[in-house]
Amino acid sequence: MARLREQRDGGPLRPLLLALVGLGFWGAAFGVSFRVLRYVHTQADIGTYLAAKILGMILVALGSMLLLSNLITALSSFYLARDLDMLVSAPVDWLPFYLAKLGETVLHSSWMVVLITIPILTAYGIVYQGGLLFPLVAAAAIVPFLILPGVVGTAFTLFLVNLFPARRARDILGLVAIGAAAGVVLLVRLIRPEQLASPDGVRNLMDYLAALKTPTSPFLPSEWASHMIMNWLTRVADPLPVALLWTTAPAFVVLGAVLHHRLYRSGFSKAQEGASRFVRGRVWQGALGGLLQRLPVSKREFILKDLRVFFRDTQQWSQLILLAVLLLVYIYNIKSLPLFSGERTPFYLVTLVVFLNQGLAGFVLAAIAARFVFPAVSLEGRQMWLLRSSPLDLRALLWSKYWTGTVPLLLLGLAITTTTNLLLKATPFMAAISLGTVFCLTFALSALALGLGALYPRFDTENAAQIPTGFGGLVFMMTAVALLGLVIVIEAFPVLAYLRTQWVGDSVTITPRMIGALALVVVICFATTGFALRTGLQRMEAMEF
Amino acid sequence: MIRLVNLTKRYGSFTAVDRVNLEIARGELFGFLGPNGAGKTTTLRIIAGILKPTEGTAEIAGDDVQRKPMEAKARLGFIPDRPYVYEKLTGGEFLRFVAALYGQEGAAIERRMDELLDLFELTEWKDDLVETYSHGMRQKLIISSALLHRPEVIVVDEPLVGLDPKGARFLKELFRAFVNKGGTVLMSTHTLEVAEAMCDRIAIIQNGKIVAAGTMAELQQQSNAGDASLEELFLKVTGGHPDRELEGILEQ
Repeated sequence: MARLREQRDGGPLRPLLLALVGLGFWGAAFGVSFRVLRYVHTQADIGTYLAAKILGMILVALGSMLLLSNLITALSSFYLARDLDMLVSAPVDWLPFYLAKLGETVLHSSWMVVLITIPILTAYGIVYQGGLLFPLVAAAAIVPFLILPGVVGTAFTLFLVNLFPARRARDILGLVAIGAAAGVVLLVRLIRPEQLASPDGVRNLMDYLAALKTPTSPFLPSEWASHMIMNWLTRVADPLPVALLWTTAPAFVVLGAVLHHRLYRSGFSKAQEGASRFVRGRVWQGALGGLLQRLPVSKREFILKDLRVFFRDTQQWSQLILLAVLLLVYIYNIKSLPLFSGERTPFYLVTLVVFLNQGLAGFVLAAIAARFVFPAVSLEGRQMWLLRSSPLDLRALLWSKYWTGTVPLLLLGLAITTTTNLLLKATPFMAAISLGTVFCLTFALSALALGLGALYPRFDTENAAQIPTGFGGLVFMMTAVALLGLVIVIEAFPVLAYLRTQWVGDSVTITPRMIGALALVVVICFATTGFALRTGLQRMEAMEF
Repeated sequence: MIRLVNLTKRYGSFTAVDRVNLEIARGELFGFLGPNGAGKTTTLRIIAGILKPTEGTAEIAGDDVQRKPMEAKARLGFIPDRPYVYEKLTGGEFLRFVAALYGQEGAAIERRMDELLDLFELTEWKDDLVETYSHGMRQKLIISSALLHRPEVIVVDEPLVGLDPKGARFLKELFRAFVNKGGTVLMSTHTLEVAEAMCDRIAIIQNGKIVAAGTMAELQQQSNAGDASLEELFLKVTGGHPDRELEGILEQ
């Protein structure tokens, strides 16, 4: 299997594409940061405070993410990793063990934060002319900023594991982390930060300045790190933030080591316990058995198996929480659009937004399909010995996977399109177009996700969240965006024709060209569906395990 | 019952299975032995329909596994060496799922499931998630799943790994009883004493080729080994480390 994996992973295209995407992301992050800072820098009196505040807010947000990430990573590094049996039974002193595992935890939790921070701090360094030493100063600020949440997360995990078995602790931590992250995202959206940039939001300039000058909290490492960086950039000699960072971080490491020395052995021993899980009752059988009764037994049981496995995996619940938050934010964004603030309803603007919204809804569906449908074949990798040695037709497998993904996606797509159409007060014509388009797109996107998931499987991980983050997931999103773009372009013709009839005050006339354009969209979507599924099936038939 | 004709499997320039020819009759317990990396698992996985041969054919009761996979696989029960199962299913749900793969459901299969769970002492674990099972329990569950649809042929890779002595003894008796009732078992194992005691015939594979095949008496005759044990025969045929090399490595 390793040999097959090497053959499958070969080729220079994949790392090149990943590098290009990474550079593109960095470029975009740098570009946005640079534009914002350059504007802020030109504002007399408040510019520096605003820049410092922005940096503080960014580091607070990243610090929160780091804390949550370290909590979960520490559980794996210290209690669930496969090398632990060997390490714990070997004559390895506790202190090097702790430092090595702490380093591993901080590294795995922080690499993405570091990658996000680099373009942002580069923009700060350029706009405020930080000089050649600025990268070193930034590194000296960021390193202790990364270590502190690592130590805190590790210590918290130590207490948690001494209270619960590690596997149950992992489930709890995972849900807590995702719930907290979801809550933060929702809260940030609901407080409407866009008002900060709106003149209507500034009632009193003095109050605004006072708010900018006040630190978020003087006890947060994010505040010390942002002060250290801004002091360098504004040529302020203040050693306090440096001292706070570089004394607190080592002190915390020492404290963490002491706690580890006292509590780790008992925690590790408890971690060897499995969480016993007893399941009785046939919930899914009862709920869906009647509906699925007409299907052949293999397809029926496959669907029931997928549903049971999905809903019993707490990692999937956390993904569902994130999905719910993203959908709420999306609908709230639509609701917050300032389309109806004037006396008259801007018909053409609303029509345009409704039209473009179907592309946005399509993108949301593509993102959901990437997360839940794309991994479907990969997740069967380890059990393929059972599926391929049985007389199961692979078509039945693909069929079950397809409908298990498509039906919920279809219900969701139609629900969000209907909801956003109501919020946007879409006309019946536009509502019909958007619902019909989303209906057809859902079949195509689900098939693309499944087919490309079979073309680019990842059998090396059981974590469904990791599977779409590779090259195949990227190819899927790019293909999905291309399909959405094509559909939008084709449908622009009937929508423009509709707008023209409304402009001259005529009733809507369905012309052959309109029908032709809409029929073309239907054909493209269903051709994509058929092609993607057939390609996926051919790939699966050629797979060896 | 099982017929391999010039079976070959290549991965690029590497030949894992090299023109293997074997015929295993109905009612035979056949041992398939070889050093690590010899091609045993690859051969068994081709017979089970998981891998495609580069050349040659594998047939189950006359049905080519590649040309008539449904017919061939319906007669087969496969037990791999490292079986992964759906950990989020209970033992009962897993067996029901496997039955469905063979198109079986209903009261008859529920009774069959209960019989097998009782036989392997897994009844009290029927409603527990597989992730809570020990390795031995998972092995027993897999064996139960292979017997669920009443196969004619069992292909098993390292059946005794992870089983306690009672379970291992029971499995040996089970295979013998299966074969006595007309079934066929093709078994790979590293435990040569077991193979010698259980198997009607044995084949030894090395570097993808069959280097010896037959009953114990025939193997002894082929290698002029007198009344040597299977272990001695195996080492003679496949080559082993001379004692002086081992002593050199172990010197402190």
